[in-house]
Formats: sequence, C-alpha cells, structure tokens
Amino acid sequence: MLRLKNINTYYGKVHALKNVSLHLGEGEIVTLIGANGAGKTTILNSISGVTPASAGEIIFSKENIASLSPDKIVQLGISQVPEGRQVFKPLSVEDNLELGAYLRYRNRESRTSIHKDMNEVFTLFPRLEERRKQLAGTMSGGEQQMLAIGRALMAKPKMLLLDEPSMGLAPLVVQEIFRVLEQLRQEHGTTILLVEQNAKAALKLADRGYVMETGKVILEGLANELLENAEVKRAYLGKDKKEMWER
Amino acid sequence: MQLDQILQYTLSGLSTGAIYALIGIGFSIIYNATGIINFAQGEFVMLGGLFTLTGLQLLHLPLWASVPFSITATTVIGILFERLAIRPLRQPTPLNLVIITIGCSILIRGLAMLFWGKDTHAIQSFSGDNPIAIGGATILPQHIWILVVTLIIIAINKFYFYHTISGKAMRACSYNRRAAGLVGIDVRRMVLFSFIISSAMGAVAGIIVAPLTMTAYDVGVMLGLKGFCAAIIGGMSSGISTVIGGLILGVLESLGAGLISSGYKDAIAFIILLLILFIRPQGLFGKADSERV
Repeated sequence: MLRLKNINTYYGKVHALKNVSLHLGEGEIVTLIGANGAGKTTILNSISGVTPASAGEIIFSKENIASLSPDKIVQLGISQVPEGRQVFKPLSVEDNLELGAYLRYRNRESRTSIHKDMNEVFTLFPRLEERRKQLAGTMSGGEQQMLAIGRALMAKPKMLLLDEPSMGLAPLVVQEIFRVLEQLRQEHGTTILLVEQNAKAALKLADRGYVMETGKVILEGLANELLENAEVKRAYLGKDKKEMWER
Repeated sequence: MQLDQILQYTLSGLSTGAIYALIGIGFSIIYNATGIINFAQGEFVMLGGLFTLTGLQLLHLPLWASVPFSITATTVIGILFERLAIRPLRQPTPLNLVIITIGCSILIRGLAMLFWGKDTHAIQSFSGDNPIAIGGATILPQHIWILVVTLIIIAINKFYFYHTISGKAMRACSYNRRAAGLVGIDVRRMVLFSFIISSAMGAVAGIIVAPLTMTAYDVGVMLGLKGFCAAIIGGMSSGISTVIGGLILGVLESLGAGLISSGYKDAIAFIILLLILFIRPQGLFGKADSERV
C-alpha cells in the first residue's frame, strides 16, 4: 500500500534520512522504533509532505507522492497525528474535529455524513463527546491525544501515521489509545504506521517493526521476533530503563 | 458648555475610532494568518477612497456602484500584492517581510500619486451634510454611516471566523500552521484569503471616511499607523478587542486635540502606541501566553 524507496531527507544541511526503504501492506500495523534523533519523525514528515524527501520515491497506491504538498497527501488518504498532539488549542473539540474534515467540506461532501463520522469518533472516545464544547487547550494530555487522533480520523484516512501517541501519558490512557488503534484496524482496515519511544508496547501492538538508528533502518522484522531479538532487547527494551536508573 | 464639548469630541472620536478599528482588524487578520505586519495596509485604505473617486468622476458611476467598484479594485491590488510580493519569497523571515511590505507601500503610494496626482480630493457624503443634534453636540450623517458600516463589517467578520469552515481554518492556521497543513488546509491559500479580506476591509474604511476627511495619495500613511496602533492596543486580535482599541484611540485623540491642542492629535496616538508596547505588549486585554501542556 505504501512503499518508501531509498528516501533521503535533509533538514538544512543535516542528512536526516539516509536511503531509507520500508513498506506497509494494507491493514497492517507497522511500528518504527529507535532512539531520539534516529529519524522516525522525519520519515512521517516526509510521507506527509511536511519535510519533502530530496531523493527517492514514496509510492502510495501506485502513485509517487514524494513531491506532493501536505494537503494533497491528506486528500489521497494519509493523515498524520503529529508529535505532541498539536491540537488547535483555542478552538473547541467540535471545531477541531470539523477541521479534520476540512477537505471533505471543501469537496462538498454532505454534512450528514461528516457528522456521522464525528459521532463515530465520539463512540471511539466517549470522553471527547462529554467535552465537545470545551476548548481543546484546556483538556488533559490524554484527551488532547484522543482529539488529535479523532481529528485525523475525520479525514477518513486509509492510512494513519502516528507520532509518539504515548508521549507523556499515563499507562492507562496509553492502553486506551492502543486499544482504539487495534479497533480501527479491525473495524475499518486502517493501515497504521506508528512511531514510538515505548518500543515494548508498540511491538506488542504491531505486526512488523523497523528499528532505526542515525537516519538509517538497521533492522526489520516481525514484531514478535523483534521483541525477542537480543540486540533490540539490549538497545530499546532493557537499556532504556537501565540508563534511566543509572543517571 | 464644557460637557457639551466633551460629548462632541467623544462622538466624533468614536467614528474616527471605528475607522481605526477597521484598519486595525485588517492588520490583525493578515498578521494572524501569516505572521506578517502588513505595513501596506494603510495603502488599501487610500486606494479605497481614490478608486471611489475614479468611479464617481471618471467613470460617472453613481455612488452605490462606485463603492463596490472601489472595493473590487482594491481587492485585486491586494491579490496582486500577495501573489507578486509575498508568495514568491523563498525564505520569508519576518525582517524580509517587513521590508517588502514597506517597499510595496511606498510603491503603491508612488503609483497612486502618478495616477491621481498630488491634490486632495473631496468625495460626496453618502446622505447629505445636514447635522444631527445629539444632546448639546452635533454629528453628521456620515458619522452614522461609519458606525453602522463598521458594526456590520465586524458582525460579518465574527460570523466568518466563528461559524464557517473556511473562517475556522484560517484561525487554525494562525494557532498552529503545521497542524493546519496536516489536516489538509492549504496554508498558502489561506494567506491569499487573508489578503483578500484585509484589502477589502481597508477599502471599506477608506471609502466611508473619505467624505469626512477628504482623500489623497498619502492618507494611507497616517491612517495605517493609527490602525496599527489600534491593533496593538487590541493585542493583534481580529475581534472585539481591536475594535475597542480603535475606539479608545479615536476618543482619546479627539479629546486630546479638542481639550489640549489639535497640534498633539497624532502625537497622542503614538504615545499610546509606545506606552502599550512598553507596558503591555500583549495588548490591553491580552493574557500573557500561558498554555497547558
């Protein structure tokens, strides 16, 4: 469904992605793990057209989307839930969700079908419905994350890119969010590319995973294999914790 | 006697203030959508007045047709401005943008001087010049036009920004451009929109004020700065606080000119501007940025 072929992306002079290739099949949940600065977010932003790749191909449904602008990419069915939620804080929950469907409004889709999808988001995250008139910026981090996901879903994406949805959230909230991701795949066949620091939780949810280091993919495989992989265990599942205690 | 005078100054201050408010909102809309302080905003005001003059005198249109003609013509200039001067910029740093808008403002003023000459032009009032007595003060029908038109424009603005998807999208761009792009909002299109709205509003301000103050190729400088001042008092909001900012400015200016000396009229606006920038740079009603993370 999505295939990256030898992507190279630069931030100014920094070579952030070096010949990265990866693919996602339809309905798959794939996770990208790796340390800070490994280039995970850059991959998502290159797919979304925010920091376009300077070389390489990004093929989505047989079309090269590498040079398209972010709004065209949303139009094609790839929505990103950015790192740190990035909800529109001074707008209400409802307005945030409406804006998620911005392109559908512009394409003159009927309001009833858009509202139907909003209700679906409310079924996934009942807490958003309780707070539909509240300003997004006044909600807790977990609720903002739910809103960010809901907003992305309002575009009816075929594929969802999530950047660190668990960042700074309580374990229970993380569980709820991961449960929703699983539900999305089962009920809608949504393909999901998940960037996570929380490698363990991500690998438990995902079908496959890629491990990144300094702008390169250094390892790929089935999620349960990666969970058992000695190198991954040392670098991303165990050592993280150890480092935390040692310092 | 003294009280009547104060009432008189307040009333005329309110209508000048309404003009400042309209211009100030024009500043805020572009600023919020793009981060640019458009120093050419005052030129839109000047163009509004002068294009009306062209409609009336050169094309011999009636007033009701000259007004839309003028708004359209000014908006076209606003679009050209965005397309030719703002959009092609590769690295839009704030300094570059400020210099560009100042440059464009000088260019537009220069062209206006070539086209309309250096004279000051009078434009007929919309509905006569018979003064209306209010208490011990009198106002002109044009003052009422100014207040009513300003109210209508503000109401339309409010509706657009709070109740239409395109208005909400524009606000979204001002709050978080990156996220706006990620939900599929074409940010550059919104920038163009903001120039369209601001130039049209500037034109309206220029049109309704022209019968009172007359118009010339260089009225945009002072009106633009006063509008900027209103926007600063209002904390660069495109809503009610800039309106209040404009009204405060207009009334203080009028009272100051009447009670102290008319020589200080412009100085008052800039003293207020400097005081606000020193003491409350977030605007009179703005809260210092505090966000819950």
